[in-house]
Amino acid sequence: MIIALIPLLPLAGSIIPFLFSSRSHHAAAAGCVAGVSLILLLAQAPAVFAGQMPIHSWQWIPAIGLNFAFRISGFGFLVACLILGIGLLIILYARYYLSTEDPMGRFYAYLLLFMGSMLGIVLSENLILLMMFWELTSISSFLLIGFWTHRADARQGARMALIITGGGGFAMLAGFILLGHIVGSFELTDILASKEQVQGHHLYAVTLVLILLGAFTKSAQFPFQFWLPHAMAAPTPVSAYLHSATMVKAGVFMLALMFPVLSGSALWFYLVAPVGLVTLVFAAYMAMFKDDLKGLLAYSTVSHLGLITLLLGLGSPLAAVAAVFHLFNHAMFKAGLFMLSGIIDHEAGTRDMNRLSGLWKYMPVTATLTMAGCAAMAGIPMFNGFLSKEMFLAQTLKPNLFGDQAWIIPLGATLASIFAVAYSIRMIHEVFFNGPATDMDKQPHEPSRGMRLPAEILMALCLLVGIFPAVLAGPMVNAAAQSILGPEMPEFTLSLWHGFNLALAMSAIAIIGGIVVFKFRRYLFDSHIWFSRYCDGKAIFETVTDWLIQSGYRLNQAVFNSSLQRYMALLIISVIVLGSSPFWRSETKFLGTATMTAIDPVTFIMGIILILCALATVITHRNRILSIIMLGTVGLIVSLTFSRFSAPDLALTQISVETVTIILLMMALFMLPRNSPKDSSRYRRQRDVLLAGLAGGGAGALAMGILTRPYETISDFFLAQSVPGGGGTNVVNVILVDFRGFDTLGEITVLAIAGLAIYALLHNFEIEAPQTDALGRPWTSDRFPMILANITRPLLPLALLFSAYIFLRGHNEPGGGFIAGLITAAALILQYIASGIVWTRPRLNFDNHIVMAWGLIVALVTGLCSWVFHYPFLTSTFTYVSWPWIGKFELASAIVFDLGVFLVVVGSVMLILVKLGAVNSPDAQTVSTLAQHHPDLEPEKEMF
Amino acid sequence: MLKTAISIAFIMMVIAQLLNLYRLFKGPSLPDRILALDTMYIDAIALFILLGIYFTTTTTYFEAALIIAVMGFISTVATCKYLMRGDIVE
Repeated sequence: MIIALIPLLPLAGSIIPFLFSSRSHHAAAAGCVAGVSLILLLAQAPAVFAGQMPIHSWQWIPAIGLNFAFRISGFGFLVACLILGIGLLIILYARYYLSTEDPMGRFYAYLLLFMGSMLGIVLSENLILLMMFWELTSISSFLLIGFWTHRADARQGARMALIITGGGGFAMLAGFILLGHIVGSFELTDILASKEQVQGHHLYAVTLVLILLGAFTKSAQFPFQFWLPHAMAAPTPVSAYLHSATMVKAGVFMLALMFPVLSGSALWFYLVAPVGLVTLVFAAYMAMFKDDLKGLLAYSTVSHLGLITLLLGLGSPLAAVAAVFHLFNHAMFKAGLFMLSGIIDHEAGTRDMNRLSGLWKYMPVTATLTMAGCAAMAGIPMFNGFLSKEMFLAQTLKPNLFGDQAWIIPLGATLASIFAVAYSIRMIHEVFFNGPATDMDKQPHEPSRGMRLPAEILMALCLLVGIFPAVLAGPMVNAAAQSILGPEMPEFTLSLWHGFNLALAMSAIAIIGGIVVFKFRRYLFDSHIWFSRYCDGKAIFETVTDWLIQSGYRLNQAVFNSSLQRYMALLIISVIVLGSSPFWRSETKFLGTATMTAIDPVTFIMGIILILCALATVITHRNRILSIIMLGTVGLIVSLTFSRFSAPDLALTQISVETVTIILLMMALFMLPRNSPKDSSRYRRQRDVLLAGLAGGGAGALAMGILTRPYETISDFFLAQSVPGGGGTNVVNVILVDFRGFDTLGEITVLAIAGLAIYALLHNFEIEAPQTDALGRPWTSDRFPMILANITRPLLPLALLFSAYIFLRGHNEPGGGFIAGLITAAALILQYIASGIVWTRPRLNFDNHIVMAWGLIVALVTGLCSWVFHYPFLTSTFTYVSWPWIGKFELASAIVFDLGVFLVVVGSVMLILVKLGAVNSPDAQTVSTLAQHHPDLEPEKEMF
Repeated sequence: MLKTAISIAFIMMVIAQLLNLYRLFKGPSLPDRILALDTMYIDAIALFILLGIYFTTTTTYFEAALIIAVMGFISTVATCKYLMRGDIVE
């Protein structure tokens, strides 16, 4: 339980900063949340250092192997410590960094959201769960990079980061699914123990590439490195936290996590090591030329991530130890350096190295701290960066799979180290020295205490770890490496002095070379200009995305050029091709063995009538009203057919839907020209006749093929289970409200949304009513004939009673909420037809929106009620009670759900029809708005 | 005896439907066609009731007849209103 709380506390607590209004309270709230999490984490320390791995697991969706499971491995513990420890320092730092105009509550909310999701990544036991947290970090990173929403570069940077890391995450999810498929479980414990099984599987290569794509994009490895420098548009606390210390480490964390199962193969080496090497050298080179302090640090971060990747790619146990140690060290010194660059930016007004100079005089403490950070970054002895870099250099000298070309790795490593020393010197030289301070917007000064304190703590740690590594970092690194390597754990000691060896010589070369490169940097700058012109990752990225968008647009234009005819034709052609293709090669006979039922003359003649009317609908389609009448006949005969073949339920539904459709079409007809002209070419009409014939005939033939062979369907199950499982004898209704209640809930939601959408589309829509009928005769002046009005009014209670009857017995006999809703809606709309909106609206004084909303609420709450009794969503229950006079009566919870269906149907149908009716009548529109605003509006006197 | 009567009734009703169909297609005016459709509804009610008598086990057919009576009336009213005023809900 406690383990799960560590990531969940910051996630849930991300709303807490919103509750306060003062800036300090925001920070304090965020700090408390993170602090509690840290304490919970540290409480696990004894177990972790003792080599145990606490796991807590709950089932979530067992069907897909998703468990809500967390674990604390030694490695996870180390990274979680970094996340929470540095996170706390960042919270303090951001309190002073952000200006009064920035929405501080939102910032801390995002920060906590990120913190929780990052903790989720490092502590998840289940891969799918891990993936969800992984995506959450991409999203919170997007929100944080784009925190200053008014800046275009922030928005672009945020979008680019999201696309790159999101795309990588997508690949990784695919990789995880393959991995889960190979192993048969998504639990890390199982996966990490199945190295042979995974590497022996024929899908190993695909899995590896997909997972590596995710890791490389997240950790900004070549060729995806370019998003990280552009993410520097984020506020500096974010850069320090997400884009140097933690989130970008998620990629290398994933590499290290998967190390026991995926590494050790040649493929792993050839994929991971070269990428790491190229990133290491290329980014170190690029960092040399960045004038922006944060840009320099960003490329340096990429380079160090490349270093860790290269170490993991080398695959030896000691390299893995070095990777873990460097991950730890880098997080500390780079987060500190980012904070210091933020301080310089904050207090000097710029972070452009061309404008900064001579700050030593004004901010000596900051300068000293920066020097310490740069020393760690460059790998100067006595600082922590030196130790891990030394271990790295030693590992590059080990024999590896490059064979004769193995020298390329130490060469690249030395080169990158030279650049690292050079850009570190450059940073210090150009910011703090290089002549007097000029060209600055404000008078530089030391920052406030709280802003500098986090950097001071981090730099002190860098120095202390650098001098006493075995005491301060030893146990943690040991536990972390142990959890990755298991039995292969090598003997090692962290110490400052390893004696004279080749690695020390390489360090010395790097320091001397760095000084030399720094001295002669002018020549390098000149040669870099042409290079940067052709190697801008952002430009390439934008060209590619533009191209993608353009081709998507062109494809869309080709397929769907706003012509419904073209769209339908393409759709139907593909259906015909896909549907008929299996039959081209099939040997089986089309018709099955079942004997056909004998046909009686009544059915036969009715069938002929049906066909004739269907043809007539098509033939008369240019005269719309005639076509609707023919369609009405088709509907009638279809419902008769349903009854004939013992589906009275369908017949009832069919006839109700038919009526409401006819009313709707009649209303829509009013807005359309009465006759539609022929404007398709002859060829086009022939094509459409052919397509329609093929598609319709094909569907009929398929139905024939299915019906003529014996088959087992799911209906038998429903028929058998209807009474014992759902308590109703009307199988259709039991399926709708019980067995498939969840589908029905979705359907009525769609119905409600459609109703609202139609309402919104028709809002403020007015149309000129035609003054005469098709033959040019004026309309009759009797708007509401008295006979009609007086017949329909007594009909309303009768129809409502009938509808209530159909509704109540729906569970056992044909009927139910859907049919009852249609009958009610039709009966109500009849009043509108007979007496007009002006008369009816104030008398049917309820808001259809609200009826619809209540329907949805009732249906949803019924479903949720089963949770109260610890049953799955929408489990229904029923019982029989004996009422006096009435006798035995069934009470099913499904009937309440059915009531929701009923209300939604009535509400949405009325909403659409009344709105449609009001379109061309201004006085009716006034009434309908008035009735909504004044519920007790006095009904008008009879006006006819 | 009843069986024979029902069979004869069925045949009569189907002939009536065919005659309606003739009127529906022939017209010539729209009110003719609407009347034909309305009569088809009435005829369908008769068919449902006949089915109800024929399959003695269930009463559902009678209720279906009732529903057609209600709904058929409403659609005829809607169509007539269209002929009269062009606008059915005003």
